[in-house]
Amino acid sequence: MSPDQVTRRNVLKSLTMGAVAGSVLRAIPLEAAEYAQRVIETERVRTSGYATKFFPAHQYKTLRMLCEIIIPADADSGGAIEAGAPEFIDLLTSENPDYQLKLGGGLMWLDSTCEDRYGKLFLDCTPQQQKEILDLIAYRNNAVTNESLSQGVEFFAFLRSFTADGFFTSKIGIAYLGYQGNTFLLEFPGCPPVPGL
Amino acid sequence: MPQLNPRKKVYDVCIIGSGAGGGTAAKVLTEGGLSVVMLEAGPRLNPEKDFKEHVWPYELSHRGVGVAGRGKGQFNDEFLAPNGFWDIEGEPYTTAPGTNFRWFRSRIEGGRTNHWGRIALRFGEADFRARSTDGMGDDWPITYQELAPYYDKVESYIGVFGSKENVPNSPDGVFQQPPPPRCTETIIKKACDHLNITCIPSRLAILTKPLNGRAACHYCAQCGRGCMTASNFSSSQVMIPPAQATGHFTMIANAMARELVSGKNGKVEAVTYIDKATRTENRVYAKAFVVAASACESARLLLNSRSADFPNGLANSSGVVGRYLSDSVGSSLAGYFPQLEKMPAHNHDGVGGMHMYMPWWRFGKKNEFLRGYHIEFGGGRGMPGVGEFDGVCKEHEGYGASLKQKCRSSYGTVIGFSGRGEMIPNDKSYCELDPNVVDRWGIPVLRFHWQWGENEMKMAEDMQETFRSIIETGGGTVLDFGRHGRPASSISVGGEIIHELGTVRMGNDPKTSALNSNCQAHDVKNLFVADAAPFVTNPDKNPTLSIMALSWRTSEYLLDQAKKGEL
Repeated sequence: MSPDQVTRRNVLKSLTMGAVAGSVLRAIPLEAAEYAQRVIETERVRTSGYATKFFPAHQYKTLRMLCEIIIPADADSGGAIEAGAPEFIDLLTSENPDYQLKLGGGLMWLDSTCEDRYGKLFLDCTPQQQKEILDLIAYRNNAVTNESLSQGVEFFAFLRSFTADGFFTSKIGIAYLGYQGNTFLLEFPGCPPVPGL
Repeated sequence: MPQLNPRKKVYDVCIIGSGAGGGTAAKVLTEGGLSVVMLEAGPRLNPEKDFKEHVWPYELSHRGVGVAGRGKGQFNDEFLAPNGFWDIEGEPYTTAPGTNFRWFRSRIEGGRTNHWGRIALRFGEADFRARSTDGMGDDWPITYQELAPYYDKVESYIGVFGSKENVPNSPDGVFQQPPPPRCTETIIKKACDHLNITCIPSRLAILTKPLNGRAACHYCAQCGRGCMTASNFSSSQVMIPPAQATGHFTMIANAMARELVSGKNGKVEAVTYIDKATRTENRVYAKAFVVAASACESARLLLNSRSADFPNGLANSSGVVGRYLSDSVGSSLAGYFPQLEKMPAHNHDGVGGMHMYMPWWRFGKKNEFLRGYHIEFGGGRGMPGVGEFDGVCKEHEGYGASLKQKCRSSYGTVIGFSGRGEMIPNDKSYCELDPNVVDRWGIPVLRFHWQWGENEMKMAEDMQETFRSIIETGGGTVLDFGRHGRPASSISVGGEIIHELGTVRMGNDPKTSALNSNCQAHDVKNLFVADAAPFVTNPDKNPTLSIMALSWRTSEYLLDQAKKGEL
């Protein structure tokens, strides 16, 4: 385990559990903590050495950040990055022109929209700005009231499912769900006793 | 009698296809002492190399959905036992304008028995007497009583679990002990009891006790991936090995049958096939031929075996080959059951299929439609796969911790229902040779015509209503997942349920059938068909068990003919 992970895990643990009394971290607002975590993650991209198959470096960095925002690490498990979701998405996208259009184009849409709104690319926006734009494209209803968001909403919905796929088919994602099968049993025990069943 | 080339080997029997029908014939015929050669259009099966049993999604770089994610939501994803395809490169089929049909084919030793759901249901007495019962369709030339001893033989040999229930027109069989129900099944059973819908242990060709050297199931729920311990039934692991052990069985793999060649005596004397590896044409000679290439492939082979004596194709003086094509009526609906959120984490796997099912429970009652359907259902805490949380993502939206937690609390709370009903054959649903298209081997391909009848549409509507009431009675909520059409619009595409059959049907009248009551061609004495092509009806019971029982019976008849010197 790298020192980064330890730090990150500790940060999050104390945040979600409110564990250590008097800890400075208890006072940090969630967004700031998320930001801190992203900084750590961004550091890891630089050192991970993964050679992307489809996404250019800048897009891949954005993709990774979005994946981790969609399925973040918490006290119970790591997040989408630890689960290898960005690599999985990159691999399939490199093979699928439809995905290339949806994600490659979607990431460009996100950057140009941030340019228009904030004069900066998504990665360079403040956490508040990032949250603002994501909150706009994370819900279908927003595109009903503001049609200019519809492409962004489509893009984000696609990436959300894709990220969930990457996370929940990973070792940590499966453990997080508590799936206990894929074993060899002599007898199948049936349904365990549950109150009310 | 023409002089035989002394170097030309003539087998007693040539079987085309190694699936449920071909495999059964191979076992019975070789054990009866005949020499058998079998053509298989795909490679030999190598479980060690081919099966993905116990593999986790994260052990595959594509997590199970394959290159470009094309297997997502597909039956034939990366985990499926090898070589089952909706589309085979270089081996197309076509559909008539305005019609839709899907054809799942296999190119592997064992055929589609490597992939099937292991649902092993006997047809009932009324299923063989359709016309006599309600005036539609036709009767079989054989009765349930005539086939029953062969159901006994097949079940005793392959191993089927189930329970004695005396459900009208859903006969009991020779059963091993069924496994206990999963939590999801306990909930649905309760709802069905309330609604007076019969819900009983399912009947699957999976061992719960060791049998003939095969180990009992180890409950990993992965039957569809292929089973290293051969605890479920596949022809490749259960029928072919005993044939092989006799010492007079030869399999020619990667051999695509092109044409059955008739001699001057009106009998078939050889089959011409393409060796896919060398792209060369070869011939195999035999005294008798058993065609078991799957209903539509068998029809295609006969239609492609045209000669001066048989201008409409072999065994087709009646013109029925390719006609009477049917598939099961399919319809599905899923429900969310909140009580499953409280379920503690536990091993829910069980066998690779449902432990309970609903046989047709309104037999003999007055219904809005003729015939009936059974219900299959499944869900719960299975191994997570790609697409698992598409519904949650769509519904919950947003992102972050709450999305992640919502996925976890929703995990295993969905139960899906599928109806499998009887289609009455109609004259708008059939296959024929496409006049313009050949496959990469130069063999003319099939063109499909398809139309559901009104009876099928009503049945699908009834399925939707039933699913809805089961879900609601069980305390669940119907999940629409964006389907807004009329209930009947959710009827399956023809062929999609992979129960296509009837294309070389049997009957007593040579004018309206291609085969007699022994599945022997009326026109060609040494030609037999042993897959689901001979079926006269397509009841609300999956066809595979009946394919095997009928093939066993046909093979015993053939053996008897051979002993009498009739071949």
